[in-house]
Amino acid sequence: MYRNLSVRQKHIVWAWGFLVIPIVFYVVIRFYPTANAMVISFQDWNLLGNRVWTGWTNYEKLWNDPVFWKVFQNTFAYLLIGTPVSLVVSFAIAFHLDKLRFMHGFLRMLYFLPFMTSAVAMAWVWRWFYQPVPIGLFNNFLSSLGIPQIEFLRSTTLALSAILAPAVWAGLGFQVIIFMAGLRAIPRSYYEAARIDGVSGWTILWQITIPLLKPTIVFIVVFSSIGFLRIFDHVFNMTTGDPGGPLNSTKPLVLMIYQTAFTDFNMGYAAAQTVVLFLILLVVSLLQLRILRDR
Amino acid sequence: MYAVNSEIQAASETLPSKHALRKPVNMGQICRWLLLFAGGILMVAPIAYMISTSLKWPHEIYNLSLVPEEPHLENYIYVLEDGRFYGWFINSIIIATITTASNIIFDSLVGYTLCKFRFPGRYIVFIAILSTLMIPTEMLVIPWYLMSQSLGWLDSYWGIMFPGLMTAFGTFLMKQFFETVPDDFIEAARIDGLNELQIWWTVAMPLVRPALAALAIFVFLGNWTAFIWPLIVTNSVEMYTLPVGLSSFGDEADVQWELIMTGAAISTIPTLIVFLVFQRFIIRGVVMAGLKG
Repeated sequence: MYRNLSVRQKHIVWAWGFLVIPIVFYVVIRFYPTANAMVISFQDWNLLGNRVWTGWTNYEKLWNDPVFWKVFQNTFAYLLIGTPVSLVVSFAIAFHLDKLRFMHGFLRMLYFLPFMTSAVAMAWVWRWFYQPVPIGLFNNFLSSLGIPQIEFLRSTTLALSAILAPAVWAGLGFQVIIFMAGLRAIPRSYYEAARIDGVSGWTILWQITIPLLKPTIVFIVVFSSIGFLRIFDHVFNMTTGDPGGPLNSTKPLVLMIYQTAFTDFNMGYAAAQTVVLFLILLVVSLLQLRILRDR
Repeated sequence: MYAVNSEIQAASETLPSKHALRKPVNMGQICRWLLLFAGGILMVAPIAYMISTSLKWPHEIYNLSLVPEEPHLENYIYVLEDGRFYGWFINSIIIATITTASNIIFDSLVGYTLCKFRFPGRYIVFIAILSTLMIPTEMLVIPWYLMSQSLGWLDSYWGIMFPGLMTAFGTFLMKQFFETVPDDFIEAARIDGLNELQIWWTVAMPLVRPALAALAIFVFLGNWTAFIWPLIVTNSVEMYTLPVGLSSFGDEADVQWELIMTGAAISTIPTLIVFLVFQRFIIRGVVMAGLKG
């Protein structure tokens, strides 16, 4: 039968043959669970009892939950501190590293190395750094300078930034590499023309380099924002024992989801939280794309 | 090889861009170098402290010095004799390897099909797969957990691996790279009498080897460090992966920081070695994936 088909028909048979397993995978492991999460979000279910349809109750509960609003605030704090800090720092490093030739590869390696580490391992390393005086590296260093110790992870005000630091640190190398590739794609002639016109370095940076880097900047902003909004590994591992820190001061949405689903086994409520996370990610990415692209 | 590849190659050359080449060495450049060097040392300091502490005795961990008084491997012997880390290490290796192989095969097969075949439904399939990029893993873990529970996949290798066997990111990356393979090559192979499967595997795949390597590195690293799903799907200590094991070990070892640092080093050193060996290659891969993905 196959022999009687035209070349074009044979191609169609091959194409769908190649796609059968992947399509089953995407339907069963991606689309069905997505729909399922949305359905569960309208139900009350503790994993053992019956699934009860409750309409918008989970969403109403979430809206009235003070912990959720605290968590919501934290999640955006991670985004609003993490993204600009890592963007500016990685650009500064890339901008200057791009102008250096001596041991360029070695310097680049130093900055990139943290990207290859595991978040869990580094969360524990940084957790040790933050310990109080006889143990922690930072406090030992401060006390050797005669500065009183800081309770990094136990403070309700500092803990969030303390947890964010290793997350920013680990991602910098990646952003530096991407920025350097972007910088190198800018045609040299632009700079030469500017130099002939006697334009200052600062003006070149703002009028030539940054506008031409816009696609790179958009990519890094969207990419790192998604990462910060989904922060979990660092928070979980730096605050085990008291997950989410004192008074939920460091708890992000993903940690709340994890606890609701797998500590309290409140599947419906957790599913509603995941739907909210999905909407946050969607809205933030679309807003960023729109704002950054237009300008 | 082709225009796009050579462009990327040029972009990731070790030498900085040409603007720098003709400038004479001056004080500004020296200051810039020193500052960046100091920053770079700060960047690797946490890793260095982790390794140094794993070689220290308990009474020394309070010491700010990076060099242990008498370096020793007792912590490693202690942690490995315990047996759990060894098991977790093996689990992580197996899971990351199988997942990487699966992604290499399926992501490229789908990317190739979407790129080189014209068939009804092609655009819909592409958009459908691409749209899964927007769905965060966290939204899927609850349904995956329920699915695993009813199918008996909890606490098994398959249970840990199944969500990551294919990725939309990898598919998209491979599709982009198959665009650089000229259709003439594929036509010629058809005339030579190869079937489509053979053409994909023996003609097209070798031509996108750099992209496959980049994909392999990303998938392997991602699965080696994956935390939330393995944490959820595993119950027994023997099934933990390294990150999950390290997390529970850290909790239990409490204040024995030299042991925790040893565990952290065990889960970090392999990827660092891979990086140091394949450095240029990996950085090129990051640039390719970043620009195309």
